[in-house]
Amino acid sequence: MEINKNKYSIIVPTYNERLNIALLVYLVFKHLRDVDFEIIVVDDGSPDGTQEVVKQLQQVYGEDRILLRARPRKLGLGTAYVHGLKHASGNFVVIMDADLSHHPKYLPSFIRKQLETGASIVTGTRYVKGGGVHGWNLMRKLTSRGANVLAQTLLWPGVSDLTGSFRLYRKSVLEDVISSCVSKGYVFQMEMIVRASRKCYHIEEVPITFVDRVYGSSKLGGSEIVEYLKGLAYLLVTT
Amino acid sequence: MKHIVKLLALLVAVSAFWIGLLETVIPRSYAWLLPVYFVVSLGCYGLLMVGVGLMHFPTCPQEAGLLQQDIAEAKEFLKQRGVDVDYD
Repeated sequence: MEINKNKYSIIVPTYNERLNIALLVYLVFKHLRDVDFEIIVVDDGSPDGTQEVVKQLQQVYGEDRILLRARPRKLGLGTAYVHGLKHASGNFVVIMDADLSHHPKYLPSFIRKQLETGASIVTGTRYVKGGGVHGWNLMRKLTSRGANVLAQTLLWPGVSDLTGSFRLYRKSVLEDVISSCVSKGYVFQMEMIVRASRKCYHIEEVPITFVDRVYGSSKLGGSEIVEYLKGLAYLLVTT
Repeated sequence: MKHIVKLLALLVAVSAFWIGLLETVIPRSYAWLLPVYFVVSLGCYGLLMVGVGLMHFPTCPQEAGLLQQDIAEAKEFLKQRGVDVDYD
């Protein structure tokens, strides 16, 4: 088995994820034993003490493995990735949520898929066999499914899960795609994968399970649906 | 080529085909209604896709239990090493 000489920078944007970030870091280290990686926490000035917990984690795991690159206040998801990218020393970048809905146990399967296929992007999908969700009521499933069907019909994106944000990118590819994205919030995730698809980057999918967050408060609300539809229209016309 | 251009090209092709039909074999009254039938069928297909997807929505109830185990294991490990995990 060839030794994997790649380095993976895992960018985790956080806001009030004091407990989740500690749990996440533990699980990443548990599941990526023989892999060269770093975790970049981009915290937007959380008032709940998230940064203090990150510093404690740095004492346990090392400041070279856990980088805290904070920002003064909530400045948005897209710019959090850009900020994290500036400090990433790996040749691959993983983006994932801090709330444990993205489980680090899937990281090896992302890495394996990329090594097998040479893909530029590996994206996690909740909607295929082997994947799935838990903790979603009927309304949320309906919204998700409806959103996906609409997006598939209009955009022909080439991936089954457009709004997912658990992805592995070749660093140069992420830099290229992110520079052409202008959306905010959740639409941003869609714009990234659609633009990557339009640029004909090799994209592969792996099934992931998504358990709705246990701790903390979700940042998904009603106005997000309106933003989604506006975003879809924007992507339809500009990509 | 931008995606919207592709879609518009497709729309133009389908419209040309429809106009062609108008001029020829099919009785006018039916041909005029074709776009309506098409849009309604598309809508029904979309609803069907949503319904089927909803029925076959993959779920993973066992994952919640596994996650709880992971959380307990993580808290145990981190507490011993001085990381504050008592926030709830």
